[in-house]
Amino acid sequence: MQSVWTLLSWGPEGWLDEIAYGVFITVSLALATLPLGLLIGFLIAVAKQSQERSLKLAADIYTTIFRGLPELLTLFLVFYGAQIGIQQVVRFFNPTASVEVNSFVSGMIALGVVFSSYASEVFLSAFRAIPRGQYEGGYAIGLSKFQTMRLVVLPQLVRIALPGLANLWLILLKDTSLVSAIGLTDILRQAGVAARVTKQAFLFFGFATLIYLALAILSSIGIGLIERHVGKQEVQR
Amino acid sequence: MSAVDHPAATEALRPPPPPRGWPRERVIGYILVFLWALAFVGLVAYLVSAWKPDMFWRYAPGYLSGVWVTIKLVAISVMIGALLSVPIAYGRMSRNPIIATFAYAYVYFFRGTPLLAQAFLVYYGFGSFRPQLDAIGLWSFFRDAFNCALFAFSLNTAAYQAEILRGAIQSVPKGQWEGAESLGIPRLLTLRKIIFPQALIVALRPYGNELILMVKGSAIVAIITVYDLMGVTRLTYSRTFDFQAYLWAAIIYLLIVETLRHAVDWVEERITRHLRR
Repeated sequence: MQSVWTLLSWGPEGWLDEIAYGVFITVSLALATLPLGLLIGFLIAVAKQSQERSLKLAADIYTTIFRGLPELLTLFLVFYGAQIGIQQVVRFFNPTASVEVNSFVSGMIALGVVFSSYASEVFLSAFRAIPRGQYEGGYAIGLSKFQTMRLVVLPQLVRIALPGLANLWLILLKDTSLVSAIGLTDILRQAGVAARVTKQAFLFFGFATLIYLALAILSSIGIGLIERHVGKQEVQR
Repeated sequence: MSAVDHPAATEALRPPPPPRGWPRERVIGYILVFLWALAFVGLVAYLVSAWKPDMFWRYAPGYLSGVWVTIKLVAISVMIGALLSVPIAYGRMSRNPIIATFAYAYVYFFRGTPLLAQAFLVYYGFGSFRPQLDAIGLWSFFRDAFNCALFAFSLNTAAYQAEILRGAIQSVPKGQWEGAESLGIPRLLTLRKIIFPQALIVALRPYGNELILMVKGSAIVAIITVYDLMGVTRLTYSRTFDFQAYLWAAIIYLLIVETLRHAVDWVEERITRHLRR
């Protein structure tokens, strides 16, 4: 029976290097999903606060579906659905081909879609907090619609939406654990492999849980710094 | 009043109707709605074309039992969580630093780590303590995946519900407590008759959201071999390799979540009648 410290050491004896790789995958998946989710979420929010009814309807259908489906199911739908869809297209040209969809990209799309539907709500309530006069002022000094959005509305929007988005980031970080179910070697999967090999399930899953906790604490510190930085800008104006 | 008397006057003051025609937003909107409609029609057409009666009769009972397991898991764990959340919320609001720190650590741990990791920790991790669990007679409880999921979910939702409860109680103005105190009403009675009814209105929506999050979150128990709706779906897919297994699950989950969401809306409408003007 090896000691706890040998099992958690770096190198061929211990599992720390494998788990560190899992941390790298988890963090890079979350970081890769974030811009995708923010961009789609912002566009959905713009569509939702539009005067045009059809645009609003399309955006509402999007959020209803992706906020109503379990994240795990969305992940499977994307992973298997994309596999079958692409396979059928490829088979059309080459009947013997078989397709393997990248689980990282599937995870990124699924988590990004879920993130964006929640982010759109955060952006939408931030949009509502900005008075109409800000837009009118922008138009009055001759800015175009796009310029008004970029130079006048967006800087204020980010400040208002930041707490909500920070919350979503923490949820995203936790949701990345689901990709272990489609075979991506994230923290939880590596811990599971270690647990199966060493029969020390509690140790490794406990360790994985503590890593998630550490990531959450680090994120909270980082978010606090960003909020302070953004707050400072506001005072200077 | 005069506006009602002279309809012609209001007609003159009303701004001109927005121009119809085809601005860019409308074109994009129509295209997107058309794409959604196409997707729905495609989905229905696919489900109709892929319909196999023998397969339906073979797997539909499984789906039904899966829905039942999901509902049972969520209902029981939310109820246990509600009971556990009361002392935790009390601890969070306590002035005793030791109790407050302990409650804060509990809430932070369960809210800061993924539910899947917690479920793994209970289901696989507690196996490491089999001799100890055997000694106190709890091993037969933790051997079953459903019980493990129930255990993890209850502790998890207790942390979230404690925060909802705390937020709701603290949202009631302090003057309500002081007013009750000046009338000589005991603290527990104040809490029950004055604070709770007001806190419930604030807490209803977060509670509804938590319930929906639990329904969605319960899908992960499929990974630890519980045959809930998601578990049955995975089993069906692994046997038939028919993608409609997942599509049916998606439809059922959407129906459950939308029903819950509308139910919460309806209840909120009901209990805030006195606030409407």
